Amino acid sequence: MSIKRFFKRNRRDEELAREIEAYIELEAEENRSRGLSPAESIRRARVKFGSPRRVREDEWEHNTLKLFDSAFRDIRYAVRTLLRTPGFTVAAVVVMALGIGANTALFTVVRSVLLKPLPFKDPDRLIQLYEQSPGGKRMYSWVAPGMYAAWKQQAPSVEEMAIYGTDSISLSGDGGPLPERIRYAECSWNLFSMLGVQPMLGRSFVEADDRPDAAGTVVLTHSLWMRRYAGDKAILGKTILLDARPYTVVGVLPAWFNYPDLPTQLWAAIYHEKGPEQMRQVDNHNFLVVARLKPGATIAQAQSEVDTAEKRVHMANPTNPSVGSAANARTLLDGLVHDAKTQLYILLGATSCVLLIACLNVANLLVARSASRRKETSIRAALGGSRWRLLREQVTESLVLAAAGGAFGLPLAWAGVRWMVQARPDMARMNAVHLDVGSIAFGLGIMAGSGVLAGLIPAASLLRSPLLEPLQESSRSSSAGRGRARMRKLLLTLEVGLTVVLLIGAGLLLKSYQHLRSSDIGCPTQNVLTMRFSLPSARYDTSAKVDAFYEELVPRLRALPGVKAAGIATTLPGQGYGGDSRFTIPEHPSSTPGAVDDAIVRGVDPGYFSAIQIPLKRGRYFEARERQDKALSVIVSASFARHYFPGEDPIGKHVKALDFQGVPPQGFEVVGVVGNTLWGLTEEETPTLYFPIYSGGWPAASIAVRSDIDAASLAVPVEKLLAKLDPDLPVENVLTMEQSIGKSTLDASFTSALVLAFAVIALVLAAVGLYGVLSYLVTQRTGEIGVRIALGAQRNGVLKLMLLDGLRPAGAGLIVGLVAGVLGVRWIGSMLYGIKPLDLSVFVEVTVVLSLVAALACALPAWRASRLDPMTALRLE
Amino acid sequence: MGGKKQVKAEMVQGTMDMLILRTLVMGPAHGHTIAHVIEHTSENVLEVEQGSLYPALHRLEDRGWLSSYWGASENNRKAKFYKLTAAGRRQLVAEANRWQQMVEAIGRVMGESLS
Repeated sequence: MSIKRFFKRNRRDEELAREIEAYIELEAEENRSRGLSPAESIRRARVKFGSPRRVREDEWEHNTLKLFDSAFRDIRYAVRTLLRTPGFTVAAVVVMALGIGANTALFTVVRSVLLKPLPFKDPDRLIQLYEQSPGGKRMYSWVAPGMYAAWKQQAPSVEEMAIYGTDSISLSGDGGPLPERIRYAECSWNLFSMLGVQPMLGRSFVEADDRPDAAGTVVLTHSLWMRRYAGDKAILGKTILLDARPYTVVGVLPAWFNYPDLPTQLWAAIYHEKGPEQMRQVDNHNFLVVARLKPGATIAQAQSEVDTAEKRVHMANPTNPSVGSAANARTLLDGLVHDAKTQLYILLGATSCVLLIACLNVANLLVARSASRRKETSIRAALGGSRWRLLREQVTESLVLAAAGGAFGLPLAWAGVRWMVQARPDMARMNAVHLDVGSIAFGLGIMAGSGVLAGLIPAASLLRSPLLEPLQESSRSSSAGRGRARMRKLLLTLEVGLTVVLLIGAGLLLKSYQHLRSSDIGCPTQNVLTMRFSLPSARYDTSAKVDAFYEELVPRLRALPGVKAAGIATTLPGQGYGGDSRFTIPEHPSSTPGAVDDAIVRGVDPGYFSAIQIPLKRGRYFEARERQDKALSVIVSASFARHYFPGEDPIGKHVKALDFQGVPPQGFEVVGVVGNTLWGLTEEETPTLYFPIYSGGWPAASIAVRSDIDAASLAVPVEKLLAKLDPDLPVENVLTMEQSIGKSTLDASFTSALVLAFAVIALVLAAVGLYGVLSYLVTQRTGEIGVRIALGAQRNGVLKLMLLDGLRPAGAGLIVGLVAGVLGVRWIGSMLYGIKPLDLSVFVEVTVVLSLVAALACALPAWRASRLDPMTALRLE
Repeated sequence: MGGKKQVKAEMVQGTMDMLILRTLVMGPAHGHTIAHVIEHTSENVLEVEQGSLYPALHRLEDRGWLSSYWGASENNRKAKFYKLTAAGRRQLVAEANRWQQMVEAIGRVMGESLS
């Protein structure tokens, strides 16, 4: 009611004016009828009525919502005040916009990636089950299919369990588009029904599809269907070729379904893909298991059940160390986004620090302003302005600043979210991230929050200190505003402390990233082009055909203009685990019978080591004659030699690789030792066995081409060469070696770059804050300094005095920040590679950088103070 | 208007609303008439202050006890007329009763102390 009146008050006032007019006319008429003159009639009427203005004003007041009206007035007042100091205003708004924008963007990402439930049926009952890697290095590792089968039977608290694995495969068929290599997944038939996913077209798998003797069936993802088949519904029932084998398309998944990740484009039935033999293996850790808990069951129950089952299987296979002995479980959501979690929380922490620093900075500037308006405030208080009123004005001002910051910050957040989605397509669930109502509400919330915070800090002294005191102070009092100065120093200390924390975080992440980039992968990575292909088994059905292809390829690669050296290997350094084999060493019969060890295996061509420049430590390289059944030798890595042939010469000894068909009965003879390489930048070096790639059974290989010039320019000639050899052969991952390694450091580079950016912003803000406070102090103490100089104080003394005044809060902040840093760095410990969280050099560097910046920020105002002309200074007041 | 003021009577707190409502029982009227009627009926003891008449009228209208319309006055001038609503009539009855009780109560007190 009254709000309606409030907005209608202009109209009502007008009406009241007319009503009054009517009254006076009526009264005047009556007077006239009593015989008075017209002029007198009107005069008397007016006298009788009194002041129409007063009546209207009363009514106006009555119709006014006090709060609204004064809020409008406060805002108008605040805007006017802010416009009077455009420099300050622009700086504050930019700072606020950055803080609000970055926080809103990060919050949006965190919410959609980490917090939003998965789009499946009853997602809170979905869990993911893992084997702990043998040796216990990884808690949440891959699962062997035989273990899955055992779990399935022995986990009563699980309603349903499904398995899947991903791999790459060649997709072709129907004279359609060119063959391509895609990532696909094979799953047990019940995966989709367990997740509660209905296909958009056709059906998902049924039990009858998921058998070795069933006809091949596939389910397409929506993106593949749109991209390769142009959304043609007639694709249902058609046959496509996977690795040259026929499959019938039975369904298309809905567009929102991009589990487990975006690159997975096609689904096949796992028991059809893998033979029964393979699905019984308990040591082939290659798959992931998801499960649905029974209503009321807990993750802990499920975990203890599968763990018990796992231990039983482990006991039943005492001789096989590759069989896991422990199982773990976590929610499906956690399993999916775990890698992103630490990074996103680190970034959110960094942006919160920046926002807090921004608030403190704005508060600081407002404190300075309110200090210069102390007299005004006191006079107003003396004239009857209430504290509440003065406080409200202060808060309104910072709220207006925050609102302007938000107005720029929210579009900034939108752009930030877009950028993050583009920069990190590899991060799980990233594609579904967008700015929605919730995030905008959050943005508005932190906007209001930071506005109030920044306004209340300076207003606090308004509530505490006696308002009228400044009027009693003599104008020359040198103690003027000491309380405010203390407040500002406290704010600065906090600000510097936060900055130091951010700097330490950024420093550690950056150093870790540099470590990562400079870690020696085992061979030079400059000017090396790599690409990967895999020969479809349908056409390359004998190892002779595979070898023929390689033998054709390698000499031609070396003959390409610009190519200095070329080699092929099943997996290049830094490109992943690639596969392993159990082995025994006949010369070292194990004390525990049947115990076997495990090493990474690679197939390489004879020229590979010299091409990629992995140094030969002892012995020789492979020779061209070592092929097919004449391939009886093995080359071992230095770590393998050290580990398994300690203190002896491995050359001439033997290694029996147990997972190879047609193992020579006496084992492969060790003919050489080469330098160590890393299979992943962040992974520990693992003992490696190299076999001749021509020994057969290595249908997939990576090419490495070394050049004097920019290696990327060789991509087209190499691809053309491959197309000439086999026009249907898809190639993937055409990258320079640096790029392919860079992919694995993306997490580190992304996080460290962003945190560094935030730290730099914080540093600038802190410097501005220091500068501002000291300048203010100098202005405040102009008179005092003038007196000091007039009385003979040395200019250097004044310089030192002022410098110390500014550096003291900086020093305090530095200590606070270092302590907080020491306590806080363990949170980012898991993100660090090759350095300890308490890396002394980072802490020292941060201290040095901050001290330098603080000294610079304080130097100018201090110098200005020491140059003061005492006469001007004293006359100033 | 002048006139002799025998008693400088301040309107008893809260009675203005009741008086306005009572006046309007006779039919719709505009502000001028309402003021006149109150003054004349009270034989000029009560003097209606214009400053409080109009806010009171608007307050009563806001509460839904009065409705208003622009119409022509006796001598064909445009004036805003106020009219009692059903709710206003109920309110008047309630207030009149309360007033009656008040007067009787005060009367009893005053009567005793004087005799």
